[in-house]
Amino acid sequence: MRKIALIILLKLFYISNAYGLIEVDITRGNLDPLPIAVSPLHVDIKSDKFEGLKVKSLGSDISSVIEKNFKSTGLFNPLKKDAFVQKPDIAHIKPRFEDWRLIKAQALVTGKILVKDSKLKVEFRLWDLTASKEMIALAFTTTPSNWRRVAHIISDKIYERLTGENGYFDTRIIYVSEEGPKDQRVKKLAIMDQDGANTKYLTLGNELVLTPRFNPTNQMVTYLSYFRNLPRVYLLDIETGSQEVVGNFPGMTFAPRFSPDGKKIIMSFAQDGNSDIYTMDLETRVVERITEHSAIDTSPSYSPDGKYICFNSDRSGLQQIYVMKSDGSNVKRITFGKGIYGTPVWSPRGDLIAFTKVRKGRFYIGVMRSDGTGERLLTENFYQEAPSWSPNGRVLVFYRETKSGPKGEGFTAKLWSIDITGYNERKISTETDASDPSWSSLLTK
Amino acid sequence: MSKSLIYSVSFHVLMIILTAISLPFMKRSPIDLPPIVSVELIQISDKTNIPYAPKVRKIIDKKIKEEKRVVSEQAPPSAKAKEKPDRIPMPEDSDKEKKLVKKKQNPEEIKPQIRQSSEFEKKELIDTNQIAALIDKAKEEEAVKNKSTNKLTQSSVKNSFATGLTLSEEDALRAQIFGCWSIPLGLPYDDNLLVRIKLELKKDGTIIKSEILDHERMNKPSQKFYKILAESALRAVRLCQPLKVPPTGYEKWKNIQLNFDPTEMLKG
Repeated sequence: MRKIALIILLKLFYISNAYGLIEVDITRGNLDPLPIAVSPLHVDIKSDKFEGLKVKSLGSDISSVIEKNFKSTGLFNPLKKDAFVQKPDIAHIKPRFEDWRLIKAQALVTGKILVKDSKLKVEFRLWDLTASKEMIALAFTTTPSNWRRVAHIISDKIYERLTGENGYFDTRIIYVSEEGPKDQRVKKLAIMDQDGANTKYLTLGNELVLTPRFNPTNQMVTYLSYFRNLPRVYLLDIETGSQEVVGNFPGMTFAPRFSPDGKKIIMSFAQDGNSDIYTMDLETRVVERITEHSAIDTSPSYSPDGKYICFNSDRSGLQQIYVMKSDGSNVKRITFGKGIYGTPVWSPRGDLIAFTKVRKGRFYIGVMRSDGTGERLLTENFYQEAPSWSPNGRVLVFYRETKSGPKGEGFTAKLWSIDITGYNERKISTETDASDPSWSSLLTK
Repeated sequence: MSKSLIYSVSFHVLMIILTAISLPFMKRSPIDLPPIVSVELIQISDKTNIPYAPKVRKIIDKKIKEEKRVVSEQAPPSAKAKEKPDRIPMPEDSDKEKKLVKKKQNPEEIKPQIRQSSEFEKKELIDTNQIAALIDKAKEEEAVKNKSTNKLTQSSVKNSFATGLTLSEEDALRAQIFGCWSIPLGLPYDDNLLVRIKLELKKDGTIIKSEILDHERMNKPSQKFYKILAESALRAVRLCQPLKVPPTGYEKWKNIQLNFDPTEMLKG
């Protein structure tokens, strides 16, 4: 009993003797990209040769793709390899943190690859250099020809670990490839990796194609093409290459998009000069009319939970954006700003809607909350439209037409991307001119 | 005729004189020198602290006195240690015996010091500079310097005892961390993302220990963003070290809590 009393007394003395803890609030920081060192992946000496691949340089090729991915985000600053002191093989086992800190790196990526029995085994590690500890370590096996995807998957994992968001590197972009003069433009469907590599053409260019969109599993694409001289919505299976016209509509159908579960296609159907929004169930082929108004309703896009649809309509005189429930009830206008609004697309996160705005002859790509508040115009130009979200809802890809000749003759159309903060606007390199991009979801989930 | 002329002339002259006097541009105003105000530049550091309530102040003063007593009690053992060699020299004693006596005395000398020493003294014993000084004689000077500054700290504690950092000290620290903290831009700004980090610091501002106060949030899958933010905050303090801490008052800032809140920045 005495002991307890003594302990309590001592504790009391200790508490009264303690100093008040000083608190300092830190509410600001810098927005500089995080300096990161991507060490070339070490190629195991036991590696076999593989046809069509330079196995020896594969390690540095993969690290270059990772670096390029990081650079494109604007959130990371990959450091130059010339400054690296430690060799990749040793760095992968146990990096000398002081050496890497010396070049002002805060994070380090190391890795090892082994090509054996026609399989590529990859290991990689992410190190926190200030805390001198490993943050993530993963290994996986794939076919060696898949090495670019390996680089994208590594990039995604690191991006996720450092930002807390899902990555968007192991994804594809489908777009309309354009060639030739404006009056004889050849338009083909093309698909590529998000960094512009591995371009493949899905159509021959005999018919005009427009507005391709991926389904949630990235296997199917819906787009607009001409059938018996009428624009109609098509469905294309990327794996098999089979195409079909969606539904048996007597007039033209356009602006198609998949529902978030991939079971329906939502589109506009125009008859007698009036267009309304319809859905078609892909399994049952049942067509449902969603809007019924004398004005032109078009460009529908589902919210990620499938409960709401945003679209544009000129029912108030000028083209504006509206939101309604997925059954067509409770239509609400959400844009009231000056100018006309079009091509609304709901973010995969659900919080924002991206749009194109035209005012005084200038085109803007912007975002706003789904209730129409907090409008932010991200980029402005002579002609640009059709924003599409990256799967993590952080980046938008769109296309922009610019005058190509020195005297303003001719034009080029290119794909561009921009962060939702309005920073980091970048041109995406494509083999030909490009328009109407659509970003896939992550290929590996 | 001449009379009226005289009247007219004199009237006009009068009018001209009156105009000349009353018109502002004709009048030369004296240069209006502003009165000289004497300004004394003083350090506000010590004045920007909000004083404690009188009741608390009393308790604090009491503690200072106790502290004083503890510090002063440290003196006797070392004094004894000094006296002892004086007493020992006897013409009959051999050198060997002297050494033996000394060896016996040494542990006794140190032990009471450890027992009686205050928190400050303990810190001194672990002071790396002192250890380094034991190995490298060249470092001795530095260690001595540190010791002397430490003594200063003890005395200056009395002035700003138990009060927080002053505004300018706090601003200096804050500005330093602003520069080191790369805010992860992918964070959602509508979540509660306050990260509180408790630091234990050395006198030179380097970090002995860092602890995230809401540590349990780190490993919750639903709190993915919190972990990212906490890691970025930890990176910032490690990058920034040694932190810009005041030269005095170590005891009041040796434990410090930093609250990282990126909401303002993310909202833009």
